[in-house]
Amino acid sequence: MGEPSADGRFGDFGGMFVPEPLVPACQELDRAFRSAWGDPAFRDELDRLLRDYAGRPSPMTECPNLSKELGVRILLKREDLNHTGSHKINNVLGQALLAQRMGKTSLVAETGAGQHGVATATAAALFGMDCVVYMGTVDIARQELNVFRMRLLGTEVRAAETGSRTLKDAVNEAMRHWVAVADTTHYCLGSVMGPHPYPWMVREFQRVVGEEARCQCAEILDGGVPDVVTAAVGGGSNAAGIFAGFANTSAELVGVEPAGGAAVGRSVPGIVHGSRSYLMQDEWGQVLEAESISAGLDYPGVGPEHSHLAATGRATYEQVSDAEVIEAFSLLSRTEGIIPALECAHALAWVSRARAELAGRTVLLNLSGRGDKDVDQMMGILG
Amino acid sequence: MPYLTGGLGDDWLETICAVAGAGADAIEIGVPFSDPVMDGTIIQQANDRALSEGATPQSILAAVSGAAADIGVPTAVMTYVNIAHHMGYERFASSLATAGVSGCILPDLPLEEVGEWAGCADAAGVETVLLAAPTAPDERLPRICARSRGFVYGVGLMGITGVREELAASATRTAARLKAVTDRPVLVGVGVGTPAQAAEVCEVADGAVVGSAIVTRMLEGAGPEGVAALVAEFRSALDAAHS
Repeated sequence: MGEPSADGRFGDFGGMFVPEPLVPACQELDRAFRSAWGDPAFRDELDRLLRDYAGRPSPMTECPNLSKELGVRILLKREDLNHTGSHKINNVLGQALLAQRMGKTSLVAETGAGQHGVATATAAALFGMDCVVYMGTVDIARQELNVFRMRLLGTEVRAAETGSRTLKDAVNEAMRHWVAVADTTHYCLGSVMGPHPYPWMVREFQRVVGEEARCQCAEILDGGVPDVVTAAVGGGSNAAGIFAGFANTSAELVGVEPAGGAAVGRSVPGIVHGSRSYLMQDEWGQVLEAESISAGLDYPGVGPEHSHLAATGRATYEQVSDAEVIEAFSLLSRTEGIIPALECAHALAWVSRARAELAGRTVLLNLSGRGDKDVDQMMGILG
Repeated sequence: MPYLTGGLGDDWLETICAVAGAGADAIEIGVPFSDPVMDGTIIQQANDRALSEGATPQSILAAVSGAAADIGVPTAVMTYVNIAHHMGYERFASSLATAGVSGCILPDLPLEEVGEWAGCADAAGVETVLLAAPTAPDERLPRICARSRGFVYGVGLMGITGVREELAASATRTAARLKAVTDRPVLVGVGVGTPAQAAEVCEVADGAVVGSAIVTRMLEGAGPEGVAALVAEFRSALDAAHS
């Protein structure tokens, strides 16, 4: 998983499909990221923040009880133990540091489950920047704790009230906001999607997950790699991060989508939110509304590099139902004492379903976030 | 040049014909898209309503095709690139040509990405109109103008479509910068919402695109006559300023 082409493409996917007023902002960001990423001082400062502020490296946990129950050896990459409770902080600290280097004084972001919104609000507080986060009204209702967290951190949460009123519409609103204020404001996009350079930049900021995991696996597996590396995929940032550490190994890469948001599962390319990628759409190209129990995966598209990995066969993408996810959520809680976020419960749901074919093999699963935010919702479902 | 959302209400086609009769030089017809990132709340609402009423690219183009003689002025379609991409660029371009549409505006298809579509549009005889923004560096404007066909669409301000209290200074400034580097007509849109604002921007530009103000009337149910009356006000203001 290397650099995209000069026109921001991974194979046939990606690009910079934004309104003309945003082109200079995207080009400025491309130049700034290239310069920062090649600058040892920037890398050192980011490493310091990831260590001292976010708590990296995150541990890797063997799961003896779960492994026994499923007959599959399972290793968890514990992104749930990061500050703010998910992998989102890795990307946000990188982007906030970059925004500061670019002289921007404000951040704008979208959020679905609220994890990226909370991470962005956290970075804004740390860096002393103004911050606005857009969130669909449907998600505001089901993730009210995260809304409160963002407000507590000094961020203004604005409701996205059009369309499906979920993550896709929050992205629309954030882009509309950004057009008017791009000179002072950095758009802190939360996943490996959007126009170039975002899919590449966000993957690079998440690469730390895969690189750490590669070393940790080598220690646990006597220098080897796991047979399978799996992660949940909405936009796909946690998957891109962990895949990046194993793409050049023999490990199988498996992304897991919600059945109601299966952009790769349907494999119809489209163009929205700045890039060409697989996209759920109707017969006329109107973008469909994704439906998932997990607000963080409620997105009808997927990052362009995932489309490329799927098209080339380097990764495969599976789909799981909400019912399977609920079962996996309970399973990990009960067997290992770890309550997962509903997002990464998707990956476990696939492992559980595929346990016969995975029997005796070693699976590395990116536990991208903790489930505290979902407990209230699950209490309503499980009683 | 007024912008009207295609498929909005039962009488959108009659409204287009009435607007043409009220003095529009050309008409921009919006083909609704589910995620219009360049548009403000008015045109978003119009898109959502038209889609919920069953509007499709095919139904809108078929209606426009049938009414070409009654419209009587050139038309351009404004939509987002996924509509064209999903149908296939060649097929979408030829369906525009078949419907008698002269031009096409795809705001999320900037200069760097326009090549593949523009080739298909050129081959079908459809003019691809490009946008030029206030923040474009000097070296970029001539390249945009060179690739644009029909006219160049100057974006009046850094922001999304919608009516503002005053015309942004960037509207006339962008028009002047474009006029300095191209012989093509320069039309300014986004943030041009009143007859006075249109007259002001046309002191420099060759024309104005008025969208949200007109679509507001459509959403209010003003009907063909009510919308045409507003367009007539724009016409009078522009004629008065140039007489």
